[in-house]
Amino acid sequence: MANVALRKVVKKYDRTEAVRGIDLDIADKEFIVLVGPSGCGKSTTLRMIAGLEEVTDGEILIGGDLVNDVPPKDRDIAMVFQNYALYPHMTVYENMSFGLRLKKFPKAEIKSRVDHAAGILGITELLERRPRQLSGGQRQRVAMGRAIVRNPRVFLFDEPLSNLDAKLRVQMRTEIKKVHQTVKTTTVYVTHDQIEAMTLADRVVVMNAGTIEQLGTPHDLYHTPRTKFVAGFIGSPAMNFVNCKLVEAAGGGLSTRLGNGLTFKVPPDRTQRYKSHVGRELLFGLRPEHITEPRGDLRPDCQEFDVTLDVVEPMGMETMVYFMVEDTEVCGRVNPASAGAPGQPMRLVAELGNMHLIDPQTEAVI
Amino acid sequence: MVDTTPRGLAAAAATMNRAPTRRSGGASLRVLARRRSTTAFLFALPLLAVVGGLIVYPGFYAIYLSMLNKAQTKFIWFGNYTFLFTRDSFWMVVQQSVLFAVTAVFFKALIGVITAHLVNNLPAKGQRKWRGMLLVPWVIPLSLSTLGWWWMFDPTYSAFNWAFAQIGGPHIHWLSEPAWARFCTILVNVWYGSPFFLIMYLAALKSVPGELYEAASIDGASAWQKLIHVTLPMMRNIISITVLFSLIVTFANYDVVRVLTAGGPRDTTHVFATWAFLLGIQSGDIPLGASVSLFMLPILAISAVFILRGVRRRGREI
Ligand SMILES: Nc1ncnc2c1ncn2[C@@H]1O[C@H](COP(=O)(O)OP(=O)(O)O)[C@@H](O)[C@H]1O
Ligand SMILES: [Mg+2]
Repeated sequence: MANVALRKVVKKYDRTEAVRGIDLDIADKEFIVLVGPSGCGKSTTLRMIAGLEEVTDGEILIGGDLVNDVPPKDRDIAMVFQNYALYPHMTVYENMSFGLRLKKFPKAEIKSRVDHAAGILGITELLERRPRQLSGGQRQRVAMGRAIVRNPRVFLFDEPLSNLDAKLRVQMRTEIKKVHQTVKTTTVYVTHDQIEAMTLADRVVVMNAGTIEQLGTPHDLYHTPRTKFVAGFIGSPAMNFVNCKLVEAAGGGLSTRLGNGLTFKVPPDRTQRYKSHVGRELLFGLRPEHITEPRGDLRPDCQEFDVTLDVVEPMGMETMVYFMVEDTEVCGRVNPASAGAPGQPMRLVAELGNMHLIDPQTEAVI
Repeated sequence: MVDTTPRGLAAAAATMNRAPTRRSGGASLRVLARRRSTTAFLFALPLLAVVGGLIVYPGFYAIYLSMLNKAQTKFIWFGNYTFLFTRDSFWMVVQQSVLFAVTAVFFKALIGVITAHLVNNLPAKGQRKWRGMLLVPWVIPLSLSTLGWWWMFDPTYSAFNWAFAQIGGPHIHWLSEPAWARFCTILVNVWYGSPFFLIMYLAALKSVPGELYEAASIDGASAWQKLIHVTLPMMRNIISITVLFSLIVTFANYDVVRVLTAGGPRDTTHVFATWAFLLGIQSGDIPLGASVSLFMLPILAISAVFILRGVRRRGREI
């Protein structure tokens, strides 16, 4: 059990700067997820914590100790790899006990630890098999078991679920969460899948091009993204962005003019925040789930508007409707029963309490 | 190889169907040609002919020869063998052949593993150069390079003795003292054969996923423990096969001993091939020579079966 701290950590490969100065404090027992698009430096960051990559600049501390020059084996960490990296010539038991055997643990202790971990993961019957004889999900469990038996100070996961099929991925996600709640080891988890990040993390680190875009709880990232990147990356389907102009409304307050004659009133509690930007061309952001069909009484922060549907995508539980605002496609999420047909007009409701305005120059959320 | 996947066969059959058949016997021929086993056999026929002509026939002919008397006029069953078993010089050759082959293969494999590791750890840019240079001993015709070694071991001109003399070392009779002569034949054979192990092991090393080493690092393995617990187990099959292959080739080695010592001093460095040559060709008793060269066959065949069985079993494990 330990906290982990990164201080201005930089990693340069020959030409590319993969990580550009990351500051991060991970509390003891915390589950942190690094998420971001492919190539943004997540794995590099994780591998520096593991000691598999040297740190070009900055400091990494585990449990308060500077570990920059400590080899992986002395960092007391365990890692689960994307391809599991199980030793193919060893049985599951041998795979899980390898680290303990190297450390010359007594046989009985090894056995009880492996049995305990196998119990947690439900792989007790597989202990005599070889990795080759296991399914992807079982290999994944063994890889986690190998990490658990070591009882390390920190767990590191690098995209552990990306080789599994969709159904198994959801199942293993729950499993990982459960394991963390049982063993409560500090965990750093890397994924490019924002849903995984949102469901697993205590706090999420959104990375982009080697830097941290935003660090916060899943709730924070979803409701108060600080940049356009985070706003667009978190949430699925992604947030709609439409060019707009912020103007003074006729009856006082502010409104955003989106084109196609579409004007949304800014909720009164945002007036103060946006006042200094009046007259500017900005980006209006609203998530698909905040564009719905009319549902009973109109709440004060909601506004009805009419569109002509372009594309209709039934998803079963809900239906995605797409329409054009100027030349931007906008997505709404409506009840299947009320969805119109393509080419037909439809009345929709925008929940403007959830709108965002973004400065197109700095890409910061205002 | 014949494509025996269903799709490959279907394609082959389709091609054959399109071929026009005019003669009356064409239909049955076509049926025959379409059968999977027939097609496979026809494709393999040239190879079978080569194997039959170059391996099976000479092999059986050698066995037949080894059962004739010296004048090749009488069939004497195992007479040559029972004669050999009574000769001390034969048992000395057996001993020397085993010593020569086993020691040489052991050191070839050992040096192969070590150099493969060293080369594998070189930066990618310099690696090709080193790989090329280290292969040189293997690509020079062996009899020529052995001549070079012979020159360095030469009693009067020995480069080694000259070098030793510079540092006040002893003067060694490389090729005229039995122990040193044996050492020299093994040394040259190791020098010649190690590059083969090097390339095989280098390829095997490159096929071990890097993640395994990272996982082992995190599990707490030192470099040595990674070698013992990851690299070697992952390479067991390739090591078995190369050792088997090299054992067969080294047991049959002729050039090194022939050029370096010609079996001397006092026949102490003779191996099967050179002794068989001495008896069969130089002394004119071809049947006896044949029985010497055939002596190793059953031993090698049995060890091959065991080694290959291990390889197959591990192939299923991994
Ligand atoms: N060994 C390496 N040598 C050179 N560049 C690398 C190396 N590993 C990663 N990179 C580069 O560093 C960047 C970050 O990589 P990585 O951390 O693997 O991204 P991801 O977020 O997808 O895990 C990428 O641009 C990648 O090309
Ligand atoms: Mg990655």
